Amino acid sequence: MEGNSPCASCKLLRRRCTKDCIFAPYFPSDDPHKFSIVHKIFGASNVSKMLQELPVHQRADAVSSLVYEATARTKDPVYGCVGAISYLQNQVSQLQMQLTVAQTEILCAQMQQVPAMAEQQIEAYDNNLTGMPQLMNNASSSSLAQDQLKREFLWT
Amino acid sequence: MSNPTRCAACRYLRRRCCEDCALAPYFPSANPHRFACVHRIFGASNVARMLQQIPVEQRRQAADAIAMEAYWRVQDPVYGSVGVISMLQREISVAQCELAETQAQITMYASQAQSQPNQIAAAQCLVEDVHLVPSQPSQPPFPGLYQRDDIPQETLQRHF
Repeated sequence: MEGNSPCASCKLLRRRCTKDCIFAPYFPSDDPHKFSIVHKIFGASNVSKMLQELPVHQRADAVSSLVYEATARTKDPVYGCVGAISYLQNQVSQLQMQLTVAQTEILCAQMQQVPAMAEQQIEAYDNNLTGMPQLMNNASSSSLAQDQLKREFLWT
Repeated sequence: MSNPTRCAACRYLRRRCCEDCALAPYFPSANPHRFACVHRIFGASNVARMLQQIPVEQRRQAADAIAMEAYWRVQDPVYGSVGVISMLQREISVAQCELAETQAQITMYASQAQSQPNQIAAAQCLVEDVHLVPSQPSQPPFPGLYQRDDIPQETLQRHF
């Protein structure tokens, strides 16, 4: 900005920092490293074009994500952010596998308990002569009818 | 001596493609979109410089990773690949919660099988606790990213 200290980008690029400098709000002079790595990976002109294409209220987040990516690529010049993404994808796959195994265990446990539960259910039906049969005939009824269908399925 | 079939980079930049063109092995002419994304985000000279600084045997992986990051940034100009990271972190949190809940149910069934009322009550409390206090999700890089649902799963696959 005119009359004030130039922003980190204008300082690095050795140019005059005008009051409408696109970088100034996001690259303050007290953090020169931030612009330095972004410039090294993406280039100042590319960053400027990217920011110009975005609405003002989204530019701060865009700069933060660019800094994040540039930092990741500086630390890992081969894979950058993609290394972290691969790792997370792997975690998702492993968790989904564990979930499948656990859900299978539950099904097995439910099947083992069906005979005992059926005896209790028959006793409950004998004692309750009003609610259950109407719910079973009602197509729109949700949990009780579905539970009954599940038990019939597990029997076969 | 120039390459009769120009690579995608040299075709895009409208220049002669030499036999020792640094970008030709990684940006074949059959996929011009790949280089277009990379050039738009990183710039041809930056990419050539980055690849030169990497051992030859790792340059192909590096070019692929750079191309993926460029593609994600073109798709999402605000968050780029960071948006993908946040989405995956959210998926992991959800899966962890589901797994904890399922494991609590397994414990309850195991207790029922042993027909011990005290354990059944404890296991039921455990299931209720899982519902009431889900595990805290890992913090995304940016709080605003956590709400994004518009990045399709297929963006994680290679498009080029």
